[in-house]
Amino acid sequence: MRSIEGAPVELRDIGHAYGTGDLARPVLRDVNLSVGPGEIVLLTGPSGSGKTTLLTLIGALRAVQTGSATVLGQQLAGAGEKQRVALRRRIGFIFQQHNLLGFLSARQNVAMALELDGRTSEWERLERAGAMLEAVGIGDRAESMPANLSGGQRQRVAVARALAGRPGLILADEPTAALDKQSGGEVVRLLRDLAKRQGVPILLVTHDPRILDIADRIVAMEDGRITAAEAGASAAG
Amino acid sequence: MSTSITRAPAPNDRLLPWAPERTGEHTRPPSWDAPPPTRERRRASPFQPLRFLALPLRLAWRQLRAEKARLASAIAGVMFACVLVFMQLGFRSALFDSATALIQNMRADVFLMHPLTTASFKPETFPRARAHQALALPDVQAAVPVYLAQASWRNPENGSKRAVQLIGFDTEAGVMDFPGLAPLVDTLKRPDTVAFDARSRPEFGDMTRLLKERGPFEVQIGNRMMEVTGLIEIGPSFGADGNVVLSEVNFRRLIKERQVSAVDLVAIKLKPGADLEATKRRLAELLPRDVVVLSQAELVKWERDYWEQATPIGFIFAFGSLMGLVVGMVIVYQILFSDISGHLREYATLKAMGYTNFFLSRAVLSAALILAVLGFLPGLGLSWLLYDQVGQATFLPLNMTMDRATTVFLLIFAMCGLAGLLAMRKLRDADPADMF
Repeated sequence: MRSIEGAPVELRDIGHAYGTGDLARPVLRDVNLSVGPGEIVLLTGPSGSGKTTLLTLIGALRAVQTGSATVLGQQLAGAGEKQRVALRRRIGFIFQQHNLLGFLSARQNVAMALELDGRTSEWERLERAGAMLEAVGIGDRAESMPANLSGGQRQRVAVARALAGRPGLILADEPTAALDKQSGGEVVRLLRDLAKRQGVPILLVTHDPRILDIADRIVAMEDGRITAAEAGASAAG
Repeated sequence: MSTSITRAPAPNDRLLPWAPERTGEHTRPPSWDAPPPTRERRRASPFQPLRFLALPLRLAWRQLRAEKARLASAIAGVMFACVLVFMQLGFRSALFDSATALIQNMRADVFLMHPLTTASFKPETFPRARAHQALALPDVQAAVPVYLAQASWRNPENGSKRAVQLIGFDTEAGVMDFPGLAPLVDTLKRPDTVAFDARSRPEFGDMTRLLKERGPFEVQIGNRMMEVTGLIEIGPSFGADGNVVLSEVNFRRLIKERQVSAVDLVAIKLKPGADLEATKRRLAELLPRDVVVLSQAELVKWERDYWEQATPIGFIFAFGSLMGLVVGMVIVYQILFSDISGHLREYATLKAMGYTNFFLSRAVLSAALILAVLGFLPGLGLSWLLYDQVGQATFLPLNMTMDRATTVFLLIFAMCGLAGLLAMRKLRDADPADMF
């Protein structure tokens, strides 16, 4: 099930529609996309172009309707809830908002990503969460509650949480949308550096032109189709 | 340079493989990117009940703890329900206990009673001869007839009148006993003497104080002056606010219209070592059908059944308890529901991270059960206090028993559990697909 043959993400002729019958509104048509090992792919396009839907399909948050999607070796077409939940545990998610649990400290929030993992002890989880927070540069704020952290710091905690479980893939949806230019840039660069170190591929949806330079490849979408793909600054350089 | 969108890009040599733990990349220093426990080890791990329950429980507790005001109102809600149920059950049992106070304090091995007697305050009479017939059995040591009647008692302090229950029987025979009766047996042999129930309602006059001040003195009962020589302890019941115990002869003097041959109860004492059940069976075979043979416990139950079934008392208190539980459940449901809807994004995030709906359901249920425990404990304490206060004010025997505490805890536990199950449905709204 966990084969490493082929790409971490392999989409073939993916189509998706919201609504049923006459009201069905297609949002994705014939999408073919693959993300290679360790590759950082940026997905851009106007609102409503289907980027986010594509991301939820790859993240196993939505059932695949037509086409075939293989993510980290798991075929998602026809996959049941159980298989999808299992796959989600191997994917790191970063959202527009940090979505940290407000009643847990930064360290406990990161540790939540590890609690799913079988036999780790509480001590190991907190230790590793602390190390992750060090890696994103806020080791000194590990015991702070999210309410007492700045927007950039919270998103760093979210990055630490996404990476803590050593995912095989990172999916990020406009991680810089809620941040100012400087902290947004810092967070995505941090994400890129850590992901490159672990060799984790990233699929990142963004509108933010300031962060396009981190990409190995930029894929543009419009009206549910992929319209253009170009090598990013990072790959070119 | 532009690559085809359908072709996987060639693996970049500068990058590490995307799953290093599968490719021997285990040798890096134990820093934040130390390899996690391997799949194989995880799969081998058996079912861990501690993890299964402790982690959701901890999550629930941390969430509850974070909002002190909400937690406090939830605890107050559960406590309210708890106190309400405790009081309802307490009153119910106190009323039944007090309804049967007279019977419970009549100590004898076996009783004979007319089958049509529904409650001790309105007995059907049966022939006195049954007491003598019972003596036919070798296991029966003695049998004494008991006469019950009500008469008016004139309060020696202010002259007001009130109905008092008279219990007349052969006090010397040692067949039937009341608490405190033994030292009075001799004085009760004298004409026109009675023993008064010290736990009667205060409307009869403070006899305990008066007896201490004056020594034995005369009180008007019915149309006769009777001498109160001492105190016994029975307690007021539904049918009687106060009790007076007197000898059979004195009873006859006081209630002249009562025929000696018509008795209300017969108390029987068995020989030491006699088999109670067997004797009861043989008595039932021996005696005509105008009496039933009951042990003391059965007599108490007979009386209690009357109050439970022939009056709406049982229903009233069951209904009151149910209302308390419903109100408590609604409060707990509201708290849990708003907790979930206030944290939908966070719950959805947890689902996106791979937490199952089942895990989150366990967390919600854990929260409900934490509230049950946290609300029950102060509720128990408060009820205990109220039992004391209310018991003193109403003369009802309100006692906290282990049985009742257990019952109420289970009820509260079920109430919170049900609220948790209802609130859990809201978890379905936490859809990770809406997160992006």
